[in-house]
Amino acid sequence: MTAPLEVPGAAEQAAPEAVTEGMGSAIQGRSLWQIAWRRLRRDKVALAGGVVIVLLVLVAILAPVIVALLGHDPLEFHYDQIDPDLQISPGPFGGVSGQFLFGVEPVNGRDIFSRVVYGARISLLVAFLATLLAVIIGTVAGIVAGYYGGWVDSLISRAMDVFLAFPVLLFALALAGVIPDGSFGLSGDTLRIVVIIAIIGFTSWPYIGRIIRGQALSLREREFVDAARSLGARTPRILLTEMLPNLIAPMLVYATLLIPTNILFEAALSFLSVGIRPPTPSWGGMLSDATHWFQIAPNFMLFPGLAIFVTVLAFNLFGDGLRDALDPRTR
Amino acid sequence: MRHRRRFAAAAVGTVAVLVLAACGGGTSGGTSGSGTGGGTGSGGIQNPSDAKGGTLRYANSGDWDSLDPADTYYAYSWNFVRLYGRALVMFKSAPGADGATLVPDLAESLGKSSDGGKTWTYTLRKGVKFEDGTPVTSKDVKYAVERSLDKATFPNGPTYFNDFLDLQGYTSPYQDPSPDKLGLKAIETPDDSTIVFTLNKPFSGFDYFAQLPSTIPVPQAKDTGTKYKEHVVSTGPYMFQTNDLGKSFTMVRNPNWDPATDPNRKALPDQIDVALNVNSDDIDNRLVSGDLDVAIEGSGVGPSAQGRILADQNLKANTDSSLQARIWFTVLNSDVAPLDNIHCRRAVMYAADKTGYQRAYGGSTGGDIATNLMPPVIPGAQQFDTYPTPNNAGDIAKAKDELNQCGQPNGFSTNISYRAERPKEKATAETLQQSLAKAGINLTIKPFPLNDYLKLYAGKPDYAKANGLGLMVYGWGADWPDGYGFLSQIVDSRTIRATGGNSNLGVRDPAVDAIIDQAVNEQDQTKRQQDWVDVDKKVMDDAYMLPGIWAKGLLYRPQNLTNVFITNGFQMYDYLALGTTRK
Repeated sequence: MTAPLEVPGAAEQAAPEAVTEGMGSAIQGRSLWQIAWRRLRRDKVALAGGVVIVLLVLVAILAPVIVALLGHDPLEFHYDQIDPDLQISPGPFGGVSGQFLFGVEPVNGRDIFSRVVYGARISLLVAFLATLLAVIIGTVAGIVAGYYGGWVDSLISRAMDVFLAFPVLLFALALAGVIPDGSFGLSGDTLRIVVIIAIIGFTSWPYIGRIIRGQALSLREREFVDAARSLGARTPRILLTEMLPNLIAPMLVYATLLIPTNILFEAALSFLSVGIRPPTPSWGGMLSDATHWFQIAPNFMLFPGLAIFVTVLAFNLFGDGLRDALDPRTR
Repeated sequence: MRHRRRFAAAAVGTVAVLVLAACGGGTSGGTSGSGTGGGTGSGGIQNPSDAKGGTLRYANSGDWDSLDPADTYYAYSWNFVRLYGRALVMFKSAPGADGATLVPDLAESLGKSSDGGKTWTYTLRKGVKFEDGTPVTSKDVKYAVERSLDKATFPNGPTYFNDFLDLQGYTSPYQDPSPDKLGLKAIETPDDSTIVFTLNKPFSGFDYFAQLPSTIPVPQAKDTGTKYKEHVVSTGPYMFQTNDLGKSFTMVRNPNWDPATDPNRKALPDQIDVALNVNSDDIDNRLVSGDLDVAIEGSGVGPSAQGRILADQNLKANTDSSLQARIWFTVLNSDVAPLDNIHCRRAVMYAADKTGYQRAYGGSTGGDIATNLMPPVIPGAQQFDTYPTPNNAGDIAKAKDELNQCGQPNGFSTNISYRAERPKEKATAETLQQSLAKAGINLTIKPFPLNDYLKLYAGKPDYAKANGLGLMVYGWGADWPDGYGFLSQIVDSRTIRATGGNSNLGVRDPAVDAIIDQAVNEQDQTKRQQDWVDVDKKVMDDAYMLPGIWAKGLLYRPQNLTNVFITNGFQMYDYLALGTTRK
């Protein structure tokens, strides 16, 4: 027997609404996902967050098209837009105009709008892939620890403690600094992105791992797992088909909440100039450059800052809503 | 952090004592200036005055390497140290080019050489006293130089005495077995007012060594080694009253300084307050608001303040533009193929758009486009252009022609390194990437941490070679305005050490070394200056360095400041002369 998502157990957890709404007409079973979607739909704030996320992803994917329509090449210099003495655009608010929607960078006159749009690609790519990596490692470690218990659990849990106690930023700074160019058959930006994803992924998995371990600890005592075991199911089957589907909800919720953390982490690395290398645009790198100019060209700091702010807020709101919808007890 | 003198290395590649902390040149906040700015440029004196009194308020965005005269290597520090210490010789307290000439200070006259420039004798002025009233003798000067040799105790100071004195194995007075701790044979003190230096090789410019703060007398009884910086015993017009290391210090008049013994110092203010580790934007704002008198690093205001000041005619009128003995340049590494071929290097020289280089450093306010190495502010320097291009914007046709001769008609790819903490160097790398790409030379940009740039990366020949750092963005300021003080550390191939920490990033040319030797031995000043110009020309001919900008600084002069002028000796306001109308 499998423990599908619509096991009675899971439905009962979410009981009140499911039961009351089912009264009066023919009683119809609703899956956890249907119930969650109904709740999420009522949470306008979370929905708004979700819409922003979709838009951001579209912007990142369609960056070349958007920039071709509304901006300039993100690497192109526009010296004609810069006052050679003041080093900034003579126009209002750092040169914001119909031609340069967010104004131009001081010194070289690059189009800030195009750079923010292209920056979304790096931020989202790194955040999504790093989170995916963290979720995979965290889930495997958590489920194994939770299911086996004993010394395996002790070992993995202590490993998580070690990773949590790590001065992650310092570690990342050191590692990103020493990795030579042209490692692992990669080079240039591709290598930097892979390295950053690996650093973030390998240091943020314990957050997921601990939650999955807790869930797995309680799941393994449940009847359907006992039943599967008594029917002779082997461990891999129990882990993959009995337990894993029941862990999808927390995985999804915490992945959504980990993404904004990782966006900030990538921005921090770029800010400290160990992230993506210039001239490739990234939000953190732009903020870092802008620190010397914010008094006279505030647009340079404002727009990438806003981009980070909006993105992180959207993911956090959506993640909170998703958690409330999937697991109302934590509300 | 702003303009600071580079921690230069051992002079002639002997002692590897100094692992450079590499504060190479100015920085992020630093160099900006205005050719068009108001003020006097470096010509005359602003608000001349002889009125004494008041408190002069300085602020430093960082901290001294050390207040100990044996342990300091910043230009602003060598300027400021003259307020509390008297070296044998000093740069004249005078505006413009006059300020780059040497005058006797503690000594009665400049050094007298004998033995073909190997022996140098100075006679001390009579009546000079320490702040406690003890008379200064030549033994105090000898002791001061002796202790400056101890690089384990005083790692920051220059190593010229270590390299040029005939040490005969002498290391430090702290390990000196002789009872008076004056065991160094290379310095003799036949009487209390005479001091004789013996060198291991002739050096015609020894007076420049005699102006180093290392020759400021130190009373042996008061020497506390590394703790001496907490209270340096003054011989100048001011002495320390309080000294809160890392935060601030206050200086008051030294009652035992006798103006009759000192023709060089005006000593106008009654008190000097210095605040340390103040945010550089804050310093700029307070200068403009009148809450502060001098930004001590003397490198000019930061980009934000520059924008504000230049946009306001009233503020602009209170600025001075200092031409500095500093160049921002990019080294073309002949260790990295295809730059081992002179024609490929010349292709880079022609392809580079120097107007972009200038923009990276703040436009015309930040400096003038450099066509060769030695900045015009250095006495005897000549300006020439070996690779002229229209409007300095690069000449792609000539670059392509050189590429053909190099056997790379379609261009090539290499890397360009810079110091990650320096936004101006980043802008330089980006602009070179753009302009060289037009000739088919593709650059990959690689930032490295500032603190290890010389020790582990660009300044370490095997790393630079293995990682293909073909172009390396860098900058250099003269230890003193003179061919030796400017060029020797960046073009003499014998200063290159395999262990890293080099400031010569890639000029390896025996012909250049030969001209340097000729210059060092040349006693005639005019001929010597011509020798240094020849060194400059040879390096340009062989295209080892792409000169970028001769730096300028935009200095802001609050209206209460009197007797203000820029001295070419330090290319900033002369701190000996300043006074204030604010009581």
